[in-house]
Amino acid sequence: MSAVTNVARRRFVKSSAAAAGSLVIGFHVPAALKPAFAQANTTAAPVPPELNAWVVIQPDDRVIVRIARSEMGQGTLTGLAQMVCEELECDWSKVSTEYPTPGQQLARRRVWGSFGTGGSRGIRESQDYVRKGGAAARIVLLQAAADEWKVPVSECTVEKGVITHGPSKRRTTYGKVAAAAAKIPAPAGDTIKLKDPKDWKLIGKRIARLDTIEKTNGKQVYGMDLKLPNMLHAAVKACPVFGGKLKSYDEAEILKRPGVKKVIRIDDTAVAVVADTWWRAKTALDAMKIEWDEGPNAKASSEAFAKVLKAGLDATDVNVGNRVGDAPAAIASAARKIEAVYSYPHQNHACMETMNATVLWTPDKCEAWVPTQNGEAAHAALAEAAGLPPAKCEVYKLHLGGGFGRRGKTDYVTQATRIARQMPGVPVKMVWSREEDMAQGRFHPITACKLTAALDDKGEITGLHMRIAGQSILAGLAPQRMVNGADPVVFQGLNPSGPETPIGYTFPNLLIDHAMRNPHVPPGFWRGVNLNQNAIYLECFLDEVAHATKQDPLALRRKLMAKHPKHLAVLNAVAERVGYDKPAPAGVFRGLAQTAGFGAYVAACAEVSVSKDGVLKIHRIVAATDCGNAVNPQQIEAQVEGSFVYGLAAALYQECTVKDGRIEQTNFGDYPCLKMADMPKVETVILTSGGFWGGVGEPTIAVAAPAVLNAIFAATGKRIRDLPLKNHSLKA
Amino acid sequence: MPKLNVNGKTLEYQADEGTPLLWVLREQLGLTGTKYGCGIAQCGACTVHVDGVPMRACVMPAAAIKPTQKITTIEGLSPDASHPIQRAWQALDVPQCGFCQSGMIMAAAALVKAKPNPTDKDIDEAMTNICRCGTYNRVRTAIHAAAREMAAQKKGAKPKKVAALGKEVLDITHVETKSGGAA
Repeated sequence: MSAVTNVARRRFVKSSAAAAGSLVIGFHVPAALKPAFAQANTTAAPVPPELNAWVVIQPDDRVIVRIARSEMGQGTLTGLAQMVCEELECDWSKVSTEYPTPGQQLARRRVWGSFGTGGSRGIRESQDYVRKGGAAARIVLLQAAADEWKVPVSECTVEKGVITHGPSKRRTTYGKVAAAAAKIPAPAGDTIKLKDPKDWKLIGKRIARLDTIEKTNGKQVYGMDLKLPNMLHAAVKACPVFGGKLKSYDEAEILKRPGVKKVIRIDDTAVAVVADTWWRAKTALDAMKIEWDEGPNAKASSEAFAKVLKAGLDATDVNVGNRVGDAPAAIASAARKIEAVYSYPHQNHACMETMNATVLWTPDKCEAWVPTQNGEAAHAALAEAAGLPPAKCEVYKLHLGGGFGRRGKTDYVTQATRIARQMPGVPVKMVWSREEDMAQGRFHPITACKLTAALDDKGEITGLHMRIAGQSILAGLAPQRMVNGADPVVFQGLNPSGPETPIGYTFPNLLIDHAMRNPHVPPGFWRGVNLNQNAIYLECFLDEVAHATKQDPLALRRKLMAKHPKHLAVLNAVAERVGYDKPAPAGVFRGLAQTAGFGAYVAACAEVSVSKDGVLKIHRIVAATDCGNAVNPQQIEAQVEGSFVYGLAAALYQECTVKDGRIEQTNFGDYPCLKMADMPKVETVILTSGGFWGGVGEPTIAVAAPAVLNAIFAATGKRIRDLPLKNHSLKA
Repeated sequence: MPKLNVNGKTLEYQADEGTPLLWVLREQLGLTGTKYGCGIAQCGACTVHVDGVPMRACVMPAAAIKPTQKITTIEGLSPDASHPIQRAWQALDVPQCGFCQSGMIMAAAALVKAKPNPTDKDIDEAMTNICRCGTYNRVRTAIHAAAREMAAQKKGAKPKKVAALGKEVLDITHVETKSGGAA
């Protein structure tokens, strides 16, 4: 086994502290606020001159910005650093970042706000306090220089970390005054005035990411790549039928295999093989005979779920998400009705890096190295599984090889800790095989939707009923967030108002309700969450209504969107960019979609062709996003492009079906992803209407599928109402 | 002990019969830049070069490779991340989560070596790696940029700085920023 290690065990303490070198810094984090074991392990290295929780400045002017949220590809690391440094006025070329640990967060009473990285919240929910963190640091740095020169601080200015006293032209740098600045009490948050957006220098700029180089030379260490001294490797299998239990396994032959150290029962749910390499652990586990008690769900199937959902479409036990007037009455008295039923399957996140965690357990402390979207939740799960108080546990976050919502859940942390607890004093890296990752997902919820439109004799919509039947994420994942037994998140994108998820249309009569039907498959927040299927249902159905009433789909939408100017603006931006007023190229057909969610407004137009043999080609996507303020436009483009990959892979190829209680798909062979040859051109229009901060990582996914499905209808006359598309023929 | 020639060095390793090259690289030789994504040659995260040809290391038994065959991993593509493909990747900020990118870069480097001026169709055919973040369009643009840069250098041009390369290519990515609706 290689004895090489590749990650500082105490990334945080080491990274800030080591660079302080031999200079004596007159500022220390009070010892009481540091986790006991971190303190014990940081010998004499001076604690860095922290200006506040967000900013550390080294004597050589290097700036370390602390990033509370997790980097999983979405660029939040760079975006948040831009926000802090916008107010800090430091030299951007000297900026690096680090993650504070969940243990420090706990000890310092959540000084960093939320670590949670989901719901496209990284920027939009922390923009105020991270900018204030940068501003507070700037204020004490300027004060320290003024104090040293004995001049009024109002006569001092700063540019790129160089402070100048105007009248005397004296200059100093942030690095030189950082130690003194660290002793000055921080200004109160409510006294800090943030910059006027017109003065921004970093926010809004196409700045290069801070984490690119190591992602091009193999040096980026993901959880799966971690190497610690004396580390062992674990492969694991949990009961493939959700709710089932481990009955027995035959370890005698397995323990004779080379390198195998131990076979470990993880409660009643799973079994792991620990070996000196993961390949040995995995092949030994594959060879082991395991018997499961498959429990009450042993015969569950997707067909059976579908029947339950179908019955839910006419059920009376519902929760109402949006009600205007009396839609059922409008429908009952309508001159004409249009009705359609749609559905959306279970899907796996399929992060490129499978679930993994490395845990070192001893009777009096426990440490874990985890790619997680929620460091605090991982820390809590670690402490619980370790049987130790949280103050004796620590989590070191690593960049994620994809998250998409899957890594907000902590099941894999618990599992790795259960394994490590049976190997005291030895770090154990648990890695899931792709097959295990597919079997043990936390899946996109399954729903069906019946939409009924009432039309008057002129074809105008007088009422709309949208009945959703199906799975609640909160019921399965966070029941404490249910409201009176209802899951409000189900109505994402369909709510009457609110910054998160307002519907973009006005109907004279509207009813949107939900019959909750939860199968045994565990749900998860899957990038885009419920906005994904809700946008498909509403946007495709409106397209149906437009065609049935011989209206242009854009014209119909514009009519219904008159009172929703922000929604309308992104749709109009798309129409303008795509050249909607002119016909598409010969043989090419267009489809539109718009929605709002995660605090942002999005729209898209797809241009597709379908050959006589039924081969779909997506030629071009035009997408618009209004996220209020655009922190890094080139990263917004990357997220918008990536959203089409994630959303179109789901629409074209992906479903997880259940047979005999278990997920049938096992790997990328039967769960295909979008590849280069499928990838359309994507043109991104970024609108910055200002005054708010919207999320970017997720909302656009929701318009990918409906825009393409509507274009397919325009091309073929075929209306696809259940996904994925691979289950349908588009042949003429 | 069996031997492999990896990144110009002959290295001894110990592994059970049938152990794929991927796991010898990652667990015996400490080269973790090459990734495990699927284990069935579907995703390409494990792509390395064997005598210059891109191979999926997750299904290739290490023992099937002769010590005379030259294996190149992402760590050996260039000493300082300066291969034109790597520079183009940096210029365009291609990676998002980055997990698939070692394999992407190795596949792309093999492509531009075999076809110095690849067409979009060549790229579609050669680049069958899976990226869940969805970096494909930047991958495509970066391959074209790297090919242009390599052609220019062949004619004696000095290597462009990454930032200059970035500015040149970022201009093609259809950016438009404007203010949105009122209210």
